[in-house]
Amino acid sequence: MRILTGNDLKTGAVTWWTGSDWSLHVEDAVDVTGNEDEIARVEEAERRVNVPYAIDAEMHQGHPRPAHIKDRIRALGPTVRQDLTLKPADPEIRNWVI
Amino acid sequence: MYQYDQYDQQMVDARVEEFRDQARRRLEGTLTEDQFKPLRLMNGLYLQLHAYMLRVAVPYGTLSSMQMHALADIADKYDRGYGHFTTRQNIQYNWIKLEDAADILADLAKVEMHAIQTSGNCIRNISSDHFAGAAADEVTDPRPYAELLRQWSSFHPEFSYLPRKFKIAVIASDTDRAAMRLHDIGIQIVEKDGTLGAAFYVGGGMGRTPMIAPCINEFVPLDQLVSYAEACLRVYNRHGRRDNKYKARIKILVHEMGAEEYTRQVEEEFAHMLKRGIEPPFAELERIRTYFEDPLFEEGASADIDRSDPDFALWVDRNTVAHKADGYVSAVISLKPVGGIPGDATAEQMHLMADLAKDYSFDELRVMHTQNIVLPHVRKADLHALWTALDEAELGAPNLDTVEDIIACPGLDYCSLANARSIPVAQQISERFAKNGKTEALGQLKLKISGCINACGHHHAGHIGILGVDRKGVENYQLLLGGSEAEDVSLAKITGPGFDEAGIVDAVETAADVYLRERQDGERFLDTYRRIGMTPFKEALYG
Amino acid sequence: MVDQTPPAEGHGPTTGNLVRYREDDAVDHGAVTVDAFLAQTNASAVRVEPGDDARELIPHLERLALIEVNFPAFGDGRGYSSAQILREAGYEGELRAVGDVLVDQVAYMRRCGFDAFDPDAPLDEDDLEAALSRWPEVYQPAADGRTPIWNKRHA
Repeated sequence: MRILTGNDLKTGAVTWWTGSDWSLHVEDAVDVTGNEDEIARVEEAERRVNVPYAIDAEMHQGHPRPAHIKDRIRALGPTVRQDLTLKPADPEIRNWVI
Repeated sequence: MYQYDQYDQQMVDARVEEFRDQARRRLEGTLTEDQFKPLRLMNGLYLQLHAYMLRVAVPYGTLSSMQMHALADIADKYDRGYGHFTTRQNIQYNWIKLEDAADILADLAKVEMHAIQTSGNCIRNISSDHFAGAAADEVTDPRPYAELLRQWSSFHPEFSYLPRKFKIAVIASDTDRAAMRLHDIGIQIVEKDGTLGAAFYVGGGMGRTPMIAPCINEFVPLDQLVSYAEACLRVYNRHGRRDNKYKARIKILVHEMGAEEYTRQVEEEFAHMLKRGIEPPFAELERIRTYFEDPLFEEGASADIDRSDPDFALWVDRNTVAHKADGYVSAVISLKPVGGIPGDATAEQMHLMADLAKDYSFDELRVMHTQNIVLPHVRKADLHALWTALDEAELGAPNLDTVEDIIACPGLDYCSLANARSIPVAQQISERFAKNGKTEALGQLKLKISGCINACGHHHAGHIGILGVDRKGVENYQLLLGGSEAEDVSLAKITGPGFDEAGIVDAVETAADVYLRERQDGERFLDTYRRIGMTPFKEALYG
Repeated sequence: MVDQTPPAEGHGPTTGNLVRYREDDAVDHGAVTVDAFLAQTNASAVRVEPGDDARELIPHLERLALIEVNFPAFGDGRGYSSAQILREAGYEGELRAVGDVLVDQVAYMRRCGFDAFDPDAPLDEDDLEAALSRWPEVYQPAADGRTPIWNKRHA
């Protein structure tokens, strides 16, 4: 599957296209196969997202998991500072990233 | 330290308002991201892996206590309570909002700081010797020349859209503590027949094509320094490659054109520049120099150090450096605690370092390119009190220039360019050597890790270097041996096939063991490598 | 970046977005390429592309009324050096930046000696005025002749 990501223009936060809006959580991402360029174009023009692009992902325990480690780190936060990630207390999250 | 006058302040204030206006136009949509990107980069603002990142300039690595407090306040107020000191003596914040960026620049301007030209294809922050003004071996303090060049290069109308970024380092001793010859321009202030002049080394750099800069002029008179720099830049701006960003640095131009032809063109342009008459009045250099006069060192300060506490004695041996004034040393605050993140400091640690600089180092701190902090002028009599305070704040690691004093770029944990993580490798190596107790025996061993070929972690210049690469979506690490950024500059060579994360830590220990086995009296790791060559290391690594 | 060479016979005089900071009348005919200019004797307007050597024009500055310097992409900064070189050589005619000329670059362009802009997209008047009045002082000398800070400090 393909999922669409970008950054929030004002805050810089990593965001994911949910089908109707942008979420901080990659779990909310939806498959955009075939529509990625059109959604990216419209959303960027409206400044609801900055520099959007689509990446490969696969379903994992019911949610999209980016195919590449860089995108997984981007989705979660730095592996060396779990306290700053989106899952500061999840003991299993390292296995999801790496 | 240099202090702004009304002119410097006006310029920095004008820049803040310019950027505030540009950010507003971006948020309103009248600037596209493509148009805004070079503008924000010239104010140090990147869009990184997780958020916007702001790189703040620390000109020639010198900070006052007040400035360090302000950096800590920014970490608390606008970021997540910490900052990262970089290999170009700057500081980066990782979690910045675009809507806050102009306010941060305004806060910086209040303490005579800025983020001007800390990125983009322009002349970057000028770096220098972190022991400038304190080192026993310098011919003069290099910072007045760096400051003069800072002013010359700031908002330079002709050189703000260069083919690629442009980094300048200025030193003034034969010992190179600033990786001078791995810069686009390295300047060494030298003395000849009692007169000071500037030796120009042009076309060095790391990145994907590492080059050691050749000397193109051994002695430029100091009252022609700006004209010569302008000539070097004009030849580059006109003829540097713009067809391929990976071949756009000046090192490629000098290499392809040949150092002789490049020099000929610079000399021709230089003759023209002298006719233009662009040199600042010499009185300006004198004015700047007055800000870098020695602090009032105490006459007859005691040279005695009570070494009865062995932990303290080890720190003194490892982390203090000879000073030009009797009874003083430069003390290095390691930002490399075992298992820690190289170069990171919390806001609390920054406040503490600022306070200690006020108490013990004439209000002054330096950022080292090795991502540590220096208190440049500390009385030997104050060292124990200083160390005690540092140790309590986890800033007392006694590991300067050891295998634990690792340079590491932010890597894939933070950087959108990276291919592999650098920080976890650094953490594991420092833990390994702290545990196996070999750090002391290994002595000086400079280990440098980059998470991609862009080489922000200076892996080409490591006695041991590590380069992270992406091998089919999996992090992989190449080992390099034999580099040096110092006056004995050399570029490291790759040993062979790469390793996985656990494997690279083992490989570093294997290489260290070869050195311990093969070394002769007084040899550093680098010396042994240079004597025995790559083969014994390869045999040990790959059998 | 590919240097785009306009046809030797010249092209339309302006895009309609022309802004000038000169008292004299604008040249109303098109500029020719540097190669075409050097090959003929009657043209009084020339267009300098990023890869051209502006110094080739120096022997002929007397008969030039307009030099256009093209910026096919705003990030290609060679045109700044071309402008500086022409002004340093004493050129006093119109020096016009054309192409991808954006409001955030015009202040540096003015410093390098440009006194006219003919951008692909029109410049917002307020933004232009803000950009050109932004800098109270300058650190270094350039073709605009402003007195650098370091000279003011020791006046």
